[in-house]
Amino acid sequence: MKSKSVRWALYAGLIAVYLLHNDTWLRGDSTLVLGLPVSLLYHVVYCLVVAALMAMLVRFAWPFSDRSEP
Amino acid sequence: MTLTIVLIYLLLVLAIGGLSHRLFRGTGEDYFLATRTIGPFLLLMSLFGTHMTAFSLLGASGEAYRTGIAVFALMGSSSALVVPVVFYFIGIRLWAIGKRRGYVTQVQYFRERWGSDALGLMLFVVLILLLIPYLLIGVMGSGLTLSEISGGRIPEWAGSLAVCLVVMAYVTYGGLRGTAWVNTFQTLVFMVLGGMTYLWIVRKLGGLDAALARVGESRPDLLMMGDGIEPLKVLTYTCIPLSVGMFPHIFMHWLTARSARTFRLPMIGYPLCLTAVWLPSVLLGVLGHLDFPDLHGPAASSILVRLIHLHAPDILAGFLAAGVFAAIMSSLDSQVLSLGTMFTHDVVRHYGFDGSMSERAQVLSGRLFVSGILLVTYLISLVAHRSIFRLGVWSFTGFAALFPLVVAAVYWKRSTKAGALASIVSVVVMWIGFFLRGWNDPAYTVGGLGIMPVAVMLLVSSVVLVVVSLMTRPPEPSVVARFFDDAPAAGIAE
Repeated sequence: MKSKSVRWALYAGLIAVYLLHNDTWLRGDSTLVLGLPVSLLYHVVYCLVVAALMAMLVRFAWPFSDRSEP
Repeated sequence: MTLTIVLIYLLLVLAIGGLSHRLFRGTGEDYFLATRTIGPFLLLMSLFGTHMTAFSLLGASGEAYRTGIAVFALMGSSSALVVPVVFYFIGIRLWAIGKRRGYVTQVQYFRERWGSDALGLMLFVVLILLLIPYLLIGVMGSGLTLSEISGGRIPEWAGSLAVCLVVMAYVTYGGLRGTAWVNTFQTLVFMVLGGMTYLWIVRKLGGLDAALARVGESRPDLLMMGDGIEPLKVLTYTCIPLSVGMFPHIFMHWLTARSARTFRLPMIGYPLCLTAVWLPSVLLGVLGHLDFPDLHGPAASSILVRLIHLHAPDILAGFLAAGVFAAIMSSLDSQVLSLGTMFTHDVVRHYGFDGSMSERAQVLSGRLFVSGILLVTYLISLVAHRSIFRLGVWSFTGFAALFPLVVAAVYWKRSTKAGALASIVSVVVMWIGFFLRGWNDPAYTVGGLGIMPVAVMLLVSSVVLVVVSLMTRPPEPSVVARFFDDAPAAGIAE
């Protein structure tokens, strides 16, 4: 039961991350933050967040049961 | 110097391909799928190297030169999300089905999933037609790039010929294992050399902060998501990476995985590798405005080569040429091998030998087709017009629009062959329609609203698949059972 709810929470996280891809609130902003244009920095961090989310999916919502793994 | 480095690089590639042959077991499954023994790191490098073309080095910097940093959001971070998600929801399941039922090609799976030879044949033709421009872009791009880097001393035909011959040698000799080993080496090469190029040029420009600040003074529009790229375009562009779910060469690499666990590293590592390659390319494209403020058309696409000629020693130009060759060959080899596999299994074996064919004959057939496809592609590249490069995004669009097919095949028991066939037909018709409208306009969007054609095609092909499936007789329970009822036995969580 718990693992199912974690799975669905992570799927919801995927949808949220998808919606956050379009950074409309940063349109027209060319400020440099940490040496990068703020919108570019946003998308670099975005890629790192995606990697973290995929790691969580792999860890907590792996679509295979252990008995099938060689 | 450039030529020497490229020659050394090509010899290294051949040596790695040759080494992989030591593990060759002489069977068809080993030649086409490395007997499904590829581990996590090799799978990540193969998938990433196969998916990334020379566009990620040269094209991304060219696009960034034209439109600024927005290109990272448009093409980079959208793929960073969509591609691993497709691996998670589609890739592992296809690997499990493929392993259980012994599939080697995508067409085999779809043909049996909906029990239709006609569907298999139609898909075979559509996939090949969409892949041909992709192959041509690789072969022509290699010749063009080497010619530019060498200042015209190496003719385009020679660069293209070198790439075709080297790929032919290691793919025919080493099969998929050779391709995976070489891909891993090549992916590491283009990641490292891309990074080196970036560090060298940025140092010459006085550091990233200072250089970007100078760009900001003259062209602040390049450092932001501006009016030129509408939010709808950013949103609908995320549909294009769905193409990864229908690429025959990606499907082939999925099937090579040793176990389901093998997919874990590629899922996590893909967004990181993508950032490592795209970020330097995009930044260099933007920084190119400091030295070359007024480039237009094809000249803008070669911004990276121009920066290297201006700032870097000859040896770096040679390394960049090797990096570009690596990026091109790591895609070309898998595409050619997947086509050779499809011709062998979906045409010769399926129609000519009624499924039975000796292991030796399968390997020979695969080798002959790989050689033939490369020869034909090279000959076409000698006469093809450069406008073929515009076909790249249209090729991706076609593959992405077929994505509902694989989703229905994997998840929807009620989907029927009529629904699948109608969906493919709708993609073909819409592709031709949009292509005729948008071919001459790289900024084309549907009705000028910022909507990419791929989004409309996806929507329509999905609706057609659902409606026609519901209007036609449900599939035979025995067929459904073959693909769904034993899912728990394969370990797939319900």
